[in-house]
Amino acid sequence: MSTRLARGGRLIDRATAHEFTFNGKRMAGFAGDTLASALLANDQMLVGRSFKYHRPRGIVASGAEEPNALVNLGQGARLEPNQRTTTTELFPGLAAASQNHWPSLEFDVGVVNNAVARFLPAGFYYKTFLQPRAAWKHLFEPVIRASAGLGRAPTEADPDRYEQAYAHCDLLVVGGGIAGLQAALTAAGTGARVIVLEQTAHWGGRAPVDDVLIDEKPADHWVAATVAALSAMPNVTLRLRCMAAGVYDHGYVLAEERVADHTPGDGRPKKRLWRIRAAKVITATGAIERPLPFAGNDIPGVMLASAVRDYIVNWAVSPGDRVVIVTNNDDAYRTAIAVHRAGLTVPAVLDARTEADGDLVQEVRSLGIAVHLNRGIAKVKGGRRVSGVAVCAQAGEGAVLDEIACDAVAMSGGWSPVVHLWSHCGGKLIWDEAQAAFRPDPQRPPITHDGQAMVAAVGSANGLLQADEVLADAIRAAGGSGPAPKVHAPAEAAMVPVWMMPQGASAELRAKMWLDYQNDVKVADVQLAAREGYESVEHTKRYTTLGMATDQGKLSNINGLAVLAGSLNAPIPQVGTTTFRPPYTPVTLGALAGEARGEIFQPLRRTPMHDWHQAHGVYWEPVGLWRRPYCYTRPGESHADAVKREVVNARSHLGLLDASTLGKIVVKGPDAGRFLDMMYTNVMSSLPVGRCRYGLMCNENGFLMDDGVVARISDDTWLCHTTSGGADRIHAHMEDWLQCEWWDWQVYTANLTEQYAQIAVVGPSARKLLEKLGGMDVSKEALPFMHWAEGTLAGIPARAFRISFSGELSYEIAVPAGQGLAFWEACIAAGKEFGLMPYGTEALHVLRAEKGFIMIGDETDGTVIPQDLNLGWAVSKKKADFIGKRGQERTFLASPDRWKLVGLETLDGSVLPDGAIAPAPGMNANGQRNTQGRVTSTYYSPTLKKGIAMGLVHRGPDRMGEVLEFPKIWGGVVKARIVDPVFYDKAGEKQDV
Amino acid sequence: MLILECPYCGVKAEETELSPGHEAHLKRFGPGSSDEQFESYMFARKNPKGVHFERWRHTYGCGKWFLAARCTATLEVFGTYPAQTSEPPADIVAKIKARRPNWEGVK
Amino acid sequence: MKRYSVFAIAREAMRHHTGWERAWASPLPKSSYDVIVVGAGGHGLATAYYLGKNHGITNVAVIEKGWLGGGNTGRNTTIIRSNYLQDSSAAIYEKARSLYEGLSQDLNYNVMFSPRGLLMLAQTHHEVRGYMRTVHANLLQGVETEWIGPEQVKRLVPIMNIDGPRYPVLGALLQKRGGTARHDAVAWGYARACSAMGMDIIQQCEVTGVRQQGGQVTGVETTKGFIGTKKLAIVVAGHSGQVAEMAGFRLPVEAVALQALVSEPIKPCIDVVVMANTVHGYMSQSDKGELVIGGGTDSFNNFTQRGSFHHIEETLRALIETFPIISRLKMLRQWGGIVDMTGDRSPILSKTPLGNCFINCGWGTGGFKAIPGSGWAMADLVAKGEPGPLAAEFGMDRFREGRFIDESVAAGVAH
Repeated sequence: MSTRLARGGRLIDRATAHEFTFNGKRMAGFAGDTLASALLANDQMLVGRSFKYHRPRGIVASGAEEPNALVNLGQGARLEPNQRTTTTELFPGLAAASQNHWPSLEFDVGVVNNAVARFLPAGFYYKTFLQPRAAWKHLFEPVIRASAGLGRAPTEADPDRYEQAYAHCDLLVVGGGIAGLQAALTAAGTGARVIVLEQTAHWGGRAPVDDVLIDEKPADHWVAATVAALSAMPNVTLRLRCMAAGVYDHGYVLAEERVADHTPGDGRPKKRLWRIRAAKVITATGAIERPLPFAGNDIPGVMLASAVRDYIVNWAVSPGDRVVIVTNNDDAYRTAIAVHRAGLTVPAVLDARTEADGDLVQEVRSLGIAVHLNRGIAKVKGGRRVSGVAVCAQAGEGAVLDEIACDAVAMSGGWSPVVHLWSHCGGKLIWDEAQAAFRPDPQRPPITHDGQAMVAAVGSANGLLQADEVLADAIRAAGGSGPAPKVHAPAEAAMVPVWMMPQGASAELRAKMWLDYQNDVKVADVQLAAREGYESVEHTKRYTTLGMATDQGKLSNINGLAVLAGSLNAPIPQVGTTTFRPPYTPVTLGALAGEARGEIFQPLRRTPMHDWHQAHGVYWEPVGLWRRPYCYTRPGESHADAVKREVVNARSHLGLLDASTLGKIVVKGPDAGRFLDMMYTNVMSSLPVGRCRYGLMCNENGFLMDDGVVARISDDTWLCHTTSGGADRIHAHMEDWLQCEWWDWQVYTANLTEQYAQIAVVGPSARKLLEKLGGMDVSKEALPFMHWAEGTLAGIPARAFRISFSGELSYEIAVPAGQGLAFWEACIAAGKEFGLMPYGTEALHVLRAEKGFIMIGDETDGTVIPQDLNLGWAVSKKKADFIGKRGQERTFLASPDRWKLVGLETLDGSVLPDGAIAPAPGMNANGQRNTQGRVTSTYYSPTLKKGIAMGLVHRGPDRMGEVLEFPKIWGGVVKARIVDPVFYDKAGEKQDV
Repeated sequence: MLILECPYCGVKAEETELSPGHEAHLKRFGPGSSDEQFESYMFARKNPKGVHFERWRHTYGCGKWFLAARCTATLEVFGTYPAQTSEPPADIVAKIKARRPNWEGVK
Repeated sequence: MKRYSVFAIAREAMRHHTGWERAWASPLPKSSYDVIVVGAGGHGLATAYYLGKNHGITNVAVIEKGWLGGGNTGRNTTIIRSNYLQDSSAAIYEKARSLYEGLSQDLNYNVMFSPRGLLMLAQTHHEVRGYMRTVHANLLQGVETEWIGPEQVKRLVPIMNIDGPRYPVLGALLQKRGGTARHDAVAWGYARACSAMGMDIIQQCEVTGVRQQGGQVTGVETTKGFIGTKKLAIVVAGHSGQVAEMAGFRLPVEAVALQALVSEPIKPCIDVVVMANTVHGYMSQSDKGELVIGGGTDSFNNFTQRGSFHHIEETLRALIETFPIISRLKMLRQWGGIVDMTGDRSPILSKTPLGNCFINCGWGTGGFKAIPGSGWAMADLVAKGEPGPLAAEFGMDRFREGRFIDESVAAGVAH
């Protein structure tokens, strides 16, 4: 029976009761309880079922290392599976439910797995489910998947928000026990900026529970005074409930702060993710106690010895009236003392050692508690709760010498320093034989950007498991040299490693000695792995799944490693450990994503006319981080209808397009012309002032990567347009070459994309609209095709480019971005009489396709060269060099066998499917059909009232008139004739009026 | 999460402010070069497990390209320097040799 | 090799499983072999296996500097698919996928191949067009894929948000028989089969040099001494450049970190593999219940097997947008590996300047799904000295020729 004690409890406030439910049962606890302590206070030791065998599981530990006591916390949208009861602070109205059982926690049908456990050893699934083949997919795997997992997945979106914050400091101290607090105090005294993180809700760590005296007083006093001193220092930041999850390169540490986990729904962010850059990190992360491997060490009521005294001292909770202690070290005797002080009974201390005379042992004896040497537990009695233990000689094979009735077992196999943060960036460990533990190797710390040590470990995290050395260690690591406060803790005698209890246990007993409680890995499994040759510690881990559960092996790794070493007859340090990876304990995914959700999941780039589009029936298309209008729908119109209307109107009347997202890069300087001749395939240096030229850019491999019109603004200034997606990329490309290759050339570039709104005025009435707006002369004489001019329009400074992507009379007007909306609206108003309609990117696509103009990303795919697209005319033969020239000389790019651009016209007028491919006769050596062409762009043309397409076809231009067959993915074939890709106004008259 | 100090503006830039540019000090071969030379320029990379010279751009800062000498096995940074050079400066080379006596030098 | 079966388990259960034999032997190296494969990851072990199975060559050693399967094979997100665009890619990945279908039976080791379906979401019109091209290509390549609309996507993946404010789902490319497998089991299964054929898998044995004479490899220097060989196959992924340099040639590869993570295990909530390439994230759920999550590579040359955390954040933002219910789940573990990326991001299976030395590398982020096909093709190349049809296009000479095998479909974004 676990129960609340009448007195004591350092951390609870008996004046404030909190009601909560567990599996629907109403229970009560106090402020300051964890869910685990509150459950124990209500005699709820059984809290879950193990993963594989569905064995009953009870609370084992008191902190983050807990492997069993995981619950579904909360309901509905606030449901969180796999919450550790030991780290969940109790709050009023908390609702928790146990996991991984059906129909109930007490009666779980899954326990049938336990009955047939012998047939389900580690790795059994690799050896079976092989026949019949189809049964894996249709029978075995679905059953396995259905029983997988522990907690339930939430079914609603997360109502909470998460914050992220940055911090910089000279020293980050992880751990708010006495070592961490001392290190912080020492460092802060020098004026350094110090941050201290503590994962629980209270300072002090183990020292106050373990009767440590500092300066003759109980440790609590020193802790309170030190915290007060640190709080008063402006260069110190203290944070509770903040777990350092991982150390990353160059002193970057991620920490998760539980801001409102204990006050859900109060409007604060649920969690805050700290991104900390620390010049140095000190890990004062303590040590975790190890279980002892004896049969039945997983039965609810068997707990870590330190956890037993934690519950008694911190939360006034007794795990049981009769607590048997089993140990291989002196530290566990503290639990005997604590149990005794609480007025409960310790029927016996079973000490596996043959000698035990330390101060603590003597104190326990003096309390009249029986201490038995060379004794261990042969097995634990009880099913869902400990009812007693069978005692044996540790040196023997498990013959039962005695039986002791009890309702709790406090076990201690020694302590393992918490070395995770030290190890994340490559810090190495050294095996401490005396303490049977791995601790940080100070000779091989993780190093930071300047080759210096990034992390230092102090206190028990550094392998100093006795309190008297801890404060001196902390002062030293923090760079101090003064004397440490006097720490008094009883002298402890040596521990003796016990990796199996009893040391000669039979196979039956070894099949019930648990290493990993959550994944049900037992000593016998690790021995099996070794026997089958999975000898590397990583193989053993992956084969048995030891250490792969939600606790990541905090209680099981060392014990498992030792069994493996024993099986291999190798020393433990030779076998080594598995890799420590972040996070130290699991971190909420929402906290890692932060505030970047929904509309602001990515930055949104908006043109000056964005809101106008939004208000006028726009259907948006994402183009990188921009949004561009795909089309504007009128009530009752489908997208396809809208596009048709927009195309027809642009060709017959007047269309308006927001082209602001296209890149605009100014290139200026004495060497600008020479530079652009290297960037483009064309000659740009010869472009006369006032003129425009369509240019192509290739990469050094020779593949076409961008296109756009270049305008010569003045003698030393060119304005380059790029595709929307290309603006930043092409600017970076230019700067790369200017800064890193031709750095002595005098060229200046600037990305002006967002400085100008750009509006295309397109159609037979384009000139009339601009003349109506008034200002500059836009006649054919003043502004011929492929020229540009500056002036004003509608009173707004403007630069007008006579360029046409539609084949109609077309002006692209650039105005200052701040006046873009005004200009757009002026066009809309003035354009009414001409039948002006705005059009979007899809109409743009159709218009250019009718004219046989290529589109980067459709006709190009990263392997297409200008010559493939009948654009050889834009590739200068005169220039000695340009980016891509040498690449195009390679055999594959110079081959006459390449696929080249043609138009494709279906025989029945239908629209060729996107991406359709025309097979050629025969199969290749891999049994695939040969191919001879593919569709690159395909649309319904409302101008021509039929489907039109462009494509790349093997030797296409030489095969005009040939009919190709394109299989459809839903069956059948479409036939299309190879034609000229310019479907409309071949002579190009309309754009030239 | 690398920190690289931009040699132009002096900012100790976090990796998220930077764009990577891969191997530094490539010698460009253009028209007139042999197939071996061009292929080597475009594709042959040292990819060392150890001291590496690489390009970075301070994209979300001053916009300048710079070079870094960094160890690919430990992420130690020996130094950063302006991009307008075809080989690492002497002081960077000296620093590397001091920290890595077995380093075979710039190849 | 004693066969695995449910009967074997029942038998062993009665004697506490003491009778199982070693899955693979752990021998010391002989003085020489017919073939040495450097690298006992999935690709190297598969190469050795098919050398034995397809070509009767069993005097083979697979040499591994760490523990077998400990590199990328043990670190990946276990995805298997073959819905590639280019003919040569589709051929080798489909070969791999079809071998995965029967691999558990071939190896008598359950690799838990789960063809539960794989979706690649299209979230821009440009992507729709790109995937339509892939569907058409797959049709002609004999790879079974199909295009489905957003409603059907939602039926397959109820937890997906198809109407996100930034990138609504416009449809998806579905490969019904794509899916996952248990990555460690693939390495272990091949290792056991190789060992049963009498091949030597020599772990904890690092190659420190390649000895050559007259343009031919004569053997390798290792931390366990010199081992002679008639043929050498280099199959070491991230360290390909280092081993190639020992053999005197340079590769067009750079090694960068690739990261992945798992959530805590939860009850089943998603049955298919979903790849959301627009927003850079992909996710599936393992048989243990963990969500297995990955994204794009890191960006600088890196051999630490650790990446930079902002990539993880970007991936998680993308996946929380796509699957809103995962926000309250927790990341259990994150890790990284070393992937070797070539100039066109497609692999290299090739002869080398040394007449009896062959290289298989550059699989980048696509290695696990290729293991059986890669091993099959590489065994062919090594056995015959010339590439067969699967490997033919992947020679190193393609870079000199300018013959890229580019899977990224489109270099630029539409206007």
